[in-house]
Amino acid sequence: MKQVEITLNVNGRDRKVAVLPRMTLVDCLRDILRLTGTHVGCEHGICGACSVFLDGEPIRSCLMFAVQAEGHRVTTVEGLLKDDGSLSDLQDSFWECHALQCGYCTPGMLVASQALLDEIPDPTEDDIREAISGNLCRCTGYQQIVEAVQMTAKRRREGAAHG
Amino acid sequence: MVDAPVNLPNYRYVSRKRRTKEDRRFVSGRGKYVADVDVPGMKHLAVLASPHPRANIIRIDTSAAEALPGVHYVLTGDELAGATNSLFHGLDLPNIKWYPLAVGMTRYAGEWVAAVVADSRYIAEDAAELIDVEYESLPAAVDSEKMIDEDQPLVHPDHGSNVLFRKTWQWGPVDEDFAAMSNTITYRARWGRSSTVPIETFGVVAKWDDINEILDVWASIQMPQYQDQIAAALHLPMNNVRVHNDVDVGGSYGVKRGIKHTVLVSYLTMKLGFPVRFIEDRLDNMSGGDAHGPDRIFDMTMAFDDDGVIKSMKVRALDDVGAYPGRAPLQLGKPITALCGPYRVNSIEYEAISVTSNKTGQVPVRGFGQSPTNFAIETGIDRVAKFLGIDRIEIRARNLVRKDEFPWKIPPGSRYDSGDFHLVLKKALQASNWDDLIARRNALRAAGRLAGVGVATCLEPGGGNNIFEYLFNPKLQITTFVESILIKVEPTGAITAVMCTTTSGQGHETLVSTIAGEELERDPDTIRVLHGDSLEALPTRSPVASRMAIILGTATSNAARDIKAKMITIAAFDLGVEKDQIEYADGEFSVRGEPSRKLDWTEICHIAHKQFHRMPPGHELGLQSYAVQQVPGGGDLPDENNEVSLYPCFSFQAHVPLVEIDPSTGKVKVHDYFIAHDCGTAINPDIVRGMIIGGVAHGIGAALYEKFEYDADGQLLAGTFVDYLLPSAHEIPPVTDIEHCTPSPMTSLGQKGSGEGGYLGAPAAIASAVNDALAPLDIEINELPIRARDIEAAIYEKTKAN
Repeated sequence: MKQVEITLNVNGRDRKVAVLPRMTLVDCLRDILRLTGTHVGCEHGICGACSVFLDGEPIRSCLMFAVQAEGHRVTTVEGLLKDDGSLSDLQDSFWECHALQCGYCTPGMLVASQALLDEIPDPTEDDIREAISGNLCRCTGYQQIVEAVQMTAKRRREGAAHG
Repeated sequence: MVDAPVNLPNYRYVSRKRRTKEDRRFVSGRGKYVADVDVPGMKHLAVLASPHPRANIIRIDTSAAEALPGVHYVLTGDELAGATNSLFHGLDLPNIKWYPLAVGMTRYAGEWVAAVVADSRYIAEDAAELIDVEYESLPAAVDSEKMIDEDQPLVHPDHGSNVLFRKTWQWGPVDEDFAAMSNTITYRARWGRSSTVPIETFGVVAKWDDINEILDVWASIQMPQYQDQIAAALHLPMNNVRVHNDVDVGGSYGVKRGIKHTVLVSYLTMKLGFPVRFIEDRLDNMSGGDAHGPDRIFDMTMAFDDDGVIKSMKVRALDDVGAYPGRAPLQLGKPITALCGPYRVNSIEYEAISVTSNKTGQVPVRGFGQSPTNFAIETGIDRVAKFLGIDRIEIRARNLVRKDEFPWKIPPGSRYDSGDFHLVLKKALQASNWDDLIARRNALRAAGRLAGVGVATCLEPGGGNNIFEYLFNPKLQITTFVESILIKVEPTGAITAVMCTTTSGQGHETLVSTIAGEELERDPDTIRVLHGDSLEALPTRSPVASRMAIILGTATSNAARDIKAKMITIAAFDLGVEKDQIEYADGEFSVRGEPSRKLDWTEICHIAHKQFHRMPPGHELGLQSYAVQQVPGGGDLPDENNEVSLYPCFSFQAHVPLVEIDPSTGKVKVHDYFIAHDCGTAINPDIVRGMIIGGVAHGIGAALYEKFEYDADGQLLAGTFVDYLLPSAHEIPPVTDIEHCTPSPMTSLGQKGSGEGGYLGAPAAIASAVNDALAPLDIEINELPIRARDIEAAIYEKTKAN
């Protein structure tokens, strides 16, 4: 099989990579670009551990070929960090609320939660549960994740009020 | 919500709201899981699995696979079995051989028949498809109940039977107690083949260094005696095996054993000379990996008086461990630790039967058999209540061990260390607003819905000494399950602790740093905690059995207290006073009554490392200590009556859920969930709360959704997340967790276990709630999972009958 050269924008940088047409986006991110924050859980689109942003929309990178991402913007968990490398408010709230245990689903949960907050800055608990319902977690029972998203929204409201 | 008792010490760090040490790297995407380990020159492995539940392997042709460009090697079972030792079984089963690849015969659909090593996983999978295997398909042994008395195909012909273990014990005067009681009930409770199903599959990378003769292993592991078993299988001295315990494990809850995977890649790296990696895909994991949990039929009898006081129990547990037993049959042994639950039962009979079948092998699951047993017991408590027309809460109140009775010895010998079961149950009821909850249930019923409230009161034994193994295999005279810590203080005063095993989400770095910080009055955030590799590390038995807070926590206290004592000795010598004249507070060692005569933390560290002339004569240089911790309470083999004290600490949980069932579809919705929980001193409240709520979620899955279903021919019907249903944020309700604290007298700070968490009671509580909802229809379902279709079918049958 012949490799194909593609360019995709990952976390703000254009990256040129040679991939087999059948290589999934998640394998490209992890094995070629060594962005190992995105995880592989089920490889059939159920667990959500591999969630990344594609042009600002959360998608499953196990269900997409890398070549399909040519010319698109991909944001991974590493790209959620602030420019100075510090934690985003959402990441910090996950830490504060202990919204994780083993951490394996966490990158996907952060992507799903960030996507929600981008759309609905002040989500209800039902909104949050709906937003993360496509991401499976076996450690937490989801509650501390819900609380972390609520905390982020609250911090943003308070920040906006003070700012 | 933490409800701390008034008499607890005023801890600085312990039991305080504090951020964990581990979470920062995980939210940054900077965890290091096994699939992130990149060893130069590493090649990739894929397996070919048998499609047949039971078949003779007539011929394997690997030539087409070997010819594929990028393929380095194709391995089959005969070669591997010829070069390695059979894997370890917990029972004494000399005629059941177990190798990573099938030898001569496949014994379950999904068993690995061949392995391919190639430049990429993609090529390895292509090549696996090119392997041509000729099978002679045979009838399979599937129905576990038939294994005992009926003629069934033999899973292991050399063993001569599909029964692996069968034994009955009696503890206390069972016959007299039964004769004395006016009432008995007999019932069956069935626990479906479910498991923990971590989101990360199992993975392992192995690299053989033939110059230094070291096998390096990075694995997603949670397993006692892992390096011992690798060495034994590969004929290696144990100090030629180095397991890297700093690999973050993406969830396990018991199942991440991986010994067959590890022996497979280790053999190949030793043979081929380059590192080999095997990361399971989801189907590998669910059909052929270490995925399946207990699959149990309980036949129970309870004997009780007219007041509902239960005097005696007979428990018969039949467990189907699948094709290769490994350690799984011992999961019938651990529940002996708390075989009568939190109740004051006078005598118990226990028949444990372990059978093999043509299904994927069972592995240890969270609680090591305790959650199914708790479900079976609680089903009986509800039934006694129903039989006598007494409230379920009242029946529990009459049978729970009372707080002034601890330590309470149960008939098989365990000593329940401490607790206040009645108060914790009361707190759960208060949190649930019990009367209001019942009113809500009744309102739902009045509106034409089915609704029910559940109750379960269960124990979580913690800190196992594993002596139950002896009851199942007298060759296993294991009476300790140690855990160790090394703490050292640098010349500058910085503290580093080296723990000796992996972590799969339990927050051990937080545990160790919090306790060391508390004992030494140093900020836990400044304490570094490492996971030593297996050659550097002190003895470990891995983070199983809800034991790390208990054993590692107590080890940490003891090592830290020793360091403090050494520092006091140095300070006393330097200040020219007796040791008992030295007071320590906030990093300063001062002479009692003369606060100006003092040395601070870093000065003493400097002396210990660099100033021999200021050290007490003969005193050890540097500042370090280690503890290799025995399980509290000792460790004696069972006595002549088979009585034995097993786990040292007993956490207690009272669950109260409210469920609603759609009568037309049978779908269950869990509206609310209340749990009151007592694990003694919570080292980190957020971690405890997370494991409790996460355990409840796991238990809701086991109760309502999750099952490795097989058809009558032995084909696995649940190999993906479309068939094996894991609860999402929709299925798991908000959970209210009330923490109560009865400090354990067995541990350094009163801590008990909490890792098995809500899982040990939630299945029982959900079943109780569903059956309360179905009670108006006179339907009772005592087989988990209780799926929508099971309820719908039961309602249909009942309606048809009427």
